[in-house]
Amino acid sequence: MTPVKPLLEVSNLKVYFHTRNGVVRAVNGISYSINPGETLGIVGESGSGKSVSCYSLLNLIPSPPGKLESGTAILSVNNSESIDLLSCTKKELQKISGNRVSMIFQDPMTCLNPYLRVGNQLTESLLLHKNVSKNEAKLKAISALEEVGIQDAEQRVNQYPHEFSGGMRQRVMIAMALITEPELLIADEPTTALDVTIQAQILELIKKLQKQRGMAVIFITHDLGVIAGIADHVMVMYAGQIVEQSSTTQIYNNPQHPYTKALMDSNPGTHESGETLYTISGLPPDMSKQIIGCAFAPRCEYSSSRCFQTDTEIKEVGQHHQSSCLLVQEKKILQTVISSEAT
Amino acid sequence: MTANTLEENQTEQESSIEEGSSLWHDAWCRLQKNKLAVAGLMVLSFMIIIALLTPWIAPYSYETQNLALLATPPSYEHWFGTDVYGRDLLTRIMYGGRISLMVGFLATAVALSIGVLWGTVAGYIGGKVDAVMMRTVDILYALPFMIFIILLMVVFGRSVILLFLAIGAVEWLTMARIVRGQVLTIRKLEFVEAAVSMGLSRWQIITRHLIPNILGPIIIYTSLTIPSVMLLEAFLSFLGLGIQPPMSSWGSLINDGVQDMEEHPWLLIFPGIALSVTLFSLNFVGDGLRDALDPKTSKD
Repeated sequence: MTPVKPLLEVSNLKVYFHTRNGVVRAVNGISYSINPGETLGIVGESGSGKSVSCYSLLNLIPSPPGKLESGTAILSVNNSESIDLLSCTKKELQKISGNRVSMIFQDPMTCLNPYLRVGNQLTESLLLHKNVSKNEAKLKAISALEEVGIQDAEQRVNQYPHEFSGGMRQRVMIAMALITEPELLIADEPTTALDVTIQAQILELIKKLQKQRGMAVIFITHDLGVIAGIADHVMVMYAGQIVEQSSTTQIYNNPQHPYTKALMDSNPGTHESGETLYTISGLPPDMSKQIIGCAFAPRCEYSSSRCFQTDTEIKEVGQHHQSSCLLVQEKKILQTVISSEAT
Repeated sequence: MTANTLEENQTEQESSIEEGSSLWHDAWCRLQKNKLAVAGLMVLSFMIIIALLTPWIAPYSYETQNLALLATPPSYEHWFGTDVYGRDLLTRIMYGGRISLMVGFLATAVALSIGVLWGTVAGYIGGKVDAVMMRTVDILYALPFMIFIILLMVVFGRSVILLFLAIGAVEWLTMARIVRGQVLTIRKLEFVEAAVSMGLSRWQIITRHLIPNILGPIIIYTSLTIPSVMLLEAFLSFLGLGIQPPMSSWGSLINDGVQDMEEHPWLLIFPGIALSVTLFSLNFVGDGLRDALDPKTSKD
């Protein structure tokens, strides 16, 4: 089995925000890679740096105060060539973004320009990146709208965003992101602002289109249920760092970090009705202060004094399974917990 | 009544579905429904046409004095009467309209183009560029306007072109501030981010996404700037820095009229009516345009 060359390889990415209250280490040295056609889920609570880690790939971090401190993000162009998204020129990045790497945003209500017809917005990136005439672009926009399940697409392209509902707008956003047939789609909580039925439809849609086109998807969310349904691999982030990374089944069946486990336990779906909901006590750490030791230690039920002193590092703890927990790495916790529950 | 509006909505939606028309076409359709704006537009066009044709249709010459008819009230020969020097007031108002409208529109155009560009660039790029650009505006604001104009007039001599350049150069400051403020509120919206993520350049984002979204405030402010520019011109003419007699503008005519308003009220009333009717219609048109250019208003 020859190893597949990853489509995108991010290493040691650090994004800091230099604010008046000090340096906020929003993303603090994360590395991951994604293969063509694969779905990577990034989970974490608000402020864990999951969005920032992806925004920085397309230079969408407001700067100042945001600053890319270090890191590379190698996007392979062909089998031979590759380009570093973080160090290439603005022009090169403009050629890639919207063309080979697209993005879907969280709030469909604000991510369409209210003064532009939907058709014009759809064709914007097409006209910019591909060598097509206006008429061809319009036809393509219509077929793109049909593809995402919007009826009467021929009439709809001439309408303004306010004439669409929230779910429809998210569909338009997806059509917009996919019209140039990108190899990588970054979806930043695309279903958070939608109600549950629409959520399921949109997820199905993304899955279907991904299969058809064989594109890779980075899916950012805080909803574990969504991740379980869509991702091949999952990356759990906490305080700007990756705490656990593995395949979806592994993460769900055998979490190897107390934080992941706590997240699962606090999911209402896993509880009997009437049972008290498990919650993680405490608050996420203040990211403007230097964190010594494990960032999750103050809230962790397993933490020992060593957790507060020794800086963590993500290491293999099983097959294709990485965790940053010291105790897990030393096989002191969770192995036993899981096995005892399994038996 | 609700049924009526519903029906109207429906036809409106249908028409918007059928036509693959531009924003401007839509806006025009919506503007036509606004009766005040249409009336304003008609009055304004009438004024502009008269102003354009004045040299050929004016009944008298604007500088010829008829010493037998000093300050006569309106009559059959002189519809608006004559002024204290025996010149036909109608003719002078017509010529004055040319100057006032030209100064109003051209100076506003100067202010508009500098102000919008300056404001969007400062607001969108932000950071140090914004700071430098806006401090420049602050400094220019702090310069006494009159000294600035007098200096210009002294250095370059008096001319109408210089007059509207000078006024435009002062009026753009407020425009730049308003535009920057508006841009600041929309630059963080996700559609701007989405545009960046689609690989659009800064210039494309400014022209395609930012400026259309702030057209409303720009148009309102423009419709307020034209009258204030016309008044500013009147003020400058009054000080002897603007239009020189025997040439006239509405502002200078009003100023002349004010001096004799107890004995010869028509000298104030007629230019006053001309100016205020024009300003009224400008305001109505501006108001109508703002509603028409906002695609969201088509819903209600």
